[in-house]
Amino acid sequence: MTVSAELELQSFVLLRLGERRFAVSANQIAELVAPSRVFRFPHRTSRLEGVILRRGRIVPVCDVSEMLLGKRLTSRRFYLIAVRNYGMLKEWIAVPVTGECELINSEMMAASGSDAPHVAGWLSHDGDVIEVLNLDTLTPGPEQLLAHAGSLETAEARP
Amino acid sequence: MRLAVAAKPGSAKTEQIILFRVSGQLFAVSSASVQEVRSADSMSGAATEISAPGIRKVRHVVRRGDRSLFIVNGAMHFGLHAAEGALLFVLRKTRTALLIDGIDKMTAMTRLQALPLSFCHEERQWYRGLTALDQTVVPVVKPEGFLSVEELALLDAALLQSDNSAAAALLETNSAP
Repeated sequence: MTVSAELELQSFVLLRLGERRFAVSANQIAELVAPSRVFRFPHRTSRLEGVILRRGRIVPVCDVSEMLLGKRLTSRRFYLIAVRNYGMLKEWIAVPVTGECELINSEMMAASGSDAPHVAGWLSHDGDVIEVLNLDTLTPGPEQLLAHAGSLETAEARP
Repeated sequence: MRLAVAAKPGSAKTEQIILFRVSGQLFAVSSASVQEVRSADSMSGAATEISAPGIRKVRHVVRRGDRSLFIVNGAMHFGLHAAEGALLFVLRKTRTALLIDGIDKMTAMTRLQALPLSFCHEERQWYRGLTALDQTVVPVVKPEGFLSVEELALLDAALLQSDNSAAAALLETNSAP
């Protein structure tokens, strides 16, 4: 491998949803955790199941399977805790996945204009071509929040 | 040179909250936001019916002097299964009396986490945030989030119309021979 080729390698986490595999940039992944209790309460945001408690933080559970597979996952084994960007702000989200995840180094081919907005790029691994996901477009979060990110009170509020 | 004074251990600020249920779902509200707790039956005598277009969660209003309190059905507000509320919270600094199933308990919260940004619809008006209590996550409601300014305007208009109709009917009765 040449030095220039080595520089283009990036780390990705491969995740499984049903029979399909997807990738997310490893920079965005905090950890992979076993399923825990999902706390549900009324809300109107689609693709949000509820929240889990992780290390004292309340983390929203964003199910991306319906959008990527056209159906909801019937079985899940882990939650991938990822960092979601909201403009300048970042928060953890939990993405339910069906199988164990794998860390790989690969070269990413950038997405083209004809790709869906949730596709950040493509990579080739084990003979498969795998979509690299852009979690920021795949999971809920209003555009207006991006515009007013600076003025939002997102820090932990204390009574 | 002055040294910073160390914070006293155990001096974490807490807020008294009431845990209550609506259609079986647990919520919390700051105790300071609740002016009165009444049984729904005790208020039913003083309540009059009201119907404002598009606001199905408010069916009754209670007059108190020159003030009107709109009774908001908590289950309908949150889109939960309809339930007969047994208690009313009269919420301070609002015109809302919230119909709930019942009170679970009073407790204190030490930490209120802002609602995650993934929640991006009406719930941002409904909740001040989330709190973790005994390994359970409970949404903490925003007292002013039950009726928006637009909804209050519609309810006031319906109230005015109802008053005008009643006055006209009374006038008609009195002027009849």
